[in-house]
Amino acid sequence: MTQYLAKRLAAILPTIFFVTVIIFTLQQLLPGDAATIMAGENQDPNVIAYLRQKLHLDEPIPVRYGYWIWGVLHGDLGESLRIQEPVLGLILQKLPVTLELAAMAMLIALVIGIPAGIVSATAKDSVWDYAANVVALWGLSTPNFWLGILMILLFSVQLGWLPASGYVSPFEDLQGNLAAMIMPAFVLGNAIAALLMRHTRSAMLQVLNADYVRTARAKGLDERTVVLKHALRNALTPIITLGALEFGTLLSGAVLTEQVFSIPGFGKLIVDAVFNRDYAVVQGVVLFTSTVYIVLNLLADLAYFLVNPRMRG
Amino acid sequence: MSAVNSVRPEPVEGLLESRGTTPGRRAWRRLLRRRSAMLGLVIVIFFVLMAIFAPMVAPHDPVATSWSAVRSAPSAEYLFGTDEIGRDVLSRVIWGSRASLLAGLVSVCISMALGVPIGLVAGYVGGWADGLISRFTDAMLAVPFLILAIALAAFLGPSLTNAMIAIGVSATPVFIRLTRAQVLAVKVEDFVEAARAVGNPHWRIALRHILPNVLPPLIVQATLAIAAAVIAEASLSFLGLGQQPPAPSWGSMLNTAKNFVDQAPWMAIWPGLSIFLLVLSFNLLGDGLRDALDPRHR
Repeated sequence: MTQYLAKRLAAILPTIFFVTVIIFTLQQLLPGDAATIMAGENQDPNVIAYLRQKLHLDEPIPVRYGYWIWGVLHGDLGESLRIQEPVLGLILQKLPVTLELAAMAMLIALVIGIPAGIVSATAKDSVWDYAANVVALWGLSTPNFWLGILMILLFSVQLGWLPASGYVSPFEDLQGNLAAMIMPAFVLGNAIAALLMRHTRSAMLQVLNADYVRTARAKGLDERTVVLKHALRNALTPIITLGALEFGTLLSGAVLTEQVFSIPGFGKLIVDAVFNRDYAVVQGVVLFTSTVYIVLNLLADLAYFLVNPRMRG
Repeated sequence: MSAVNSVRPEPVEGLLESRGTTPGRRAWRRLLRRRSAMLGLVIVIFFVLMAIFAPMVAPHDPVATSWSAVRSAPSAEYLFGTDEIGRDVLSRVIWGSRASLLAGLVSVCISMALGVPIGLVAGYVGGWADGLISRFTDAMLAVPFLILAIALAAFLGPSLTNAMIAIGVSATPVFIRLTRAQVLAVKVEDFVEAARAVGNPHWRIALRHILPNVLPPLIVQATLAIAAAVIAEASLSFLGLGQQPPAPSWGSMLNTAKNFVDQAPWMAIWPGLSIFLLVLSFNLLGDGLRDALDPRHR
């Protein structure tokens, strides 16, 4: 176990190094530099020169990378070029909103995706299987910002049941919070549900052909027990690992969903930063997401390792 | 987005058992038998024709504004209605197909032009080159696809060209990984050994003997990647990072439509439906191609 962990951790370090290189390189794509952006309208040469020095922009690239990564290692993701606030603080401030959205979306995806996958695998080539596949294909092909707009049109404009936007903190008004979050969570969960359905279906199909499932049937167990206790338990491991890897899809989707429903989360942060040309925030957000993704990936691997005795051998 | 993430290395041995007809022709026949794939192909061709003949089929100028017809509901004059400054939605949807198809095709070409050679080197050369390339690929895959594309587009500056570059570069690691995995599987085959034994240079083995045999799964992935790229372009345009106004694009049309959803719902329906149909058809085609090119799948 320790050996495996050490090996996985050692493999992560170069990946994280390259992530930082990629993110640092983004800066070099900019026409002009951060100093000219911070100097604002006037473009006073003295101010620009001062800022260049302060931000180490006059140093060679490897040295600048050194300064930057030194800061990052100390939890300093830089400062927002616009509002002079630490980037990490901004991210942590917006994160809970997105986490709530993501958690609700994942819950919806699990509740729809896994049962649909089970049904379509156990009744392969039936009408149900066909219907589930059609729904999954729809989920994968619908741009979620369009689905969001359609839902606003139906539930807010036509029926007037739910607010089209307006986020409230769950600590102030839980009911209002849920009313504002249910549509975005469904929109975001929809695509993930489709993916989970496909993962579940193929994992279940594999397991249902396994010898031990045949044995369970031969013992005379009823189909329900065979499917839910014998097959599903074994199919669940790959489903959960693959589900963890959909974190990226979830965050990408959150950017658009938050934009449609004006939710002040992580995705809104990056979009606003892009339009304010607040590149430090963009870089910080990308670095933060990819690090979280790498860590989640590691945890998924470890979980797989822990629940699958064959891997320990 | 999802399509790009779901790389499944496809075994290719099934294609090598050819007797009589070429593998390509047999795959084509299998594809013809799949109704859903054919439906996808028909819709794709429909959109391609629409994009090519946009100037002839669009009833109005897509950027001409008309203050007398602001947000007017669908009518005989304006079949899909008009937008917030009186432009014909149908004409803009027709012209918008150009941005979407162009973005889909060009960005996938960029991904393949970068990803296939790099993956070929990683898989064929191996050793430290493979190690370096693979770690770099892992790093790129660690950044969620759309977030990487947004960041790249933001730093390059908003335009359709930059959006295509951003999407293409963001989707590259998927092609690197797939090509590498395929090359690793193919390079131990006997025919590669034979080619080496008769004294072919490495570049010739890689390009003439290995590359053609790793193409089928790459074609499948490319088709699915076009679907993902079309959604990605629409997403970037929706966020204001793609096609710039007044040039029509489905994503940016939805961005404005969002603000008028209570007064002019038709502005939101058609561009979104077009994105959905185009993406769906590439997904159908990709799934069909996968079954046709690899009969053992499923």
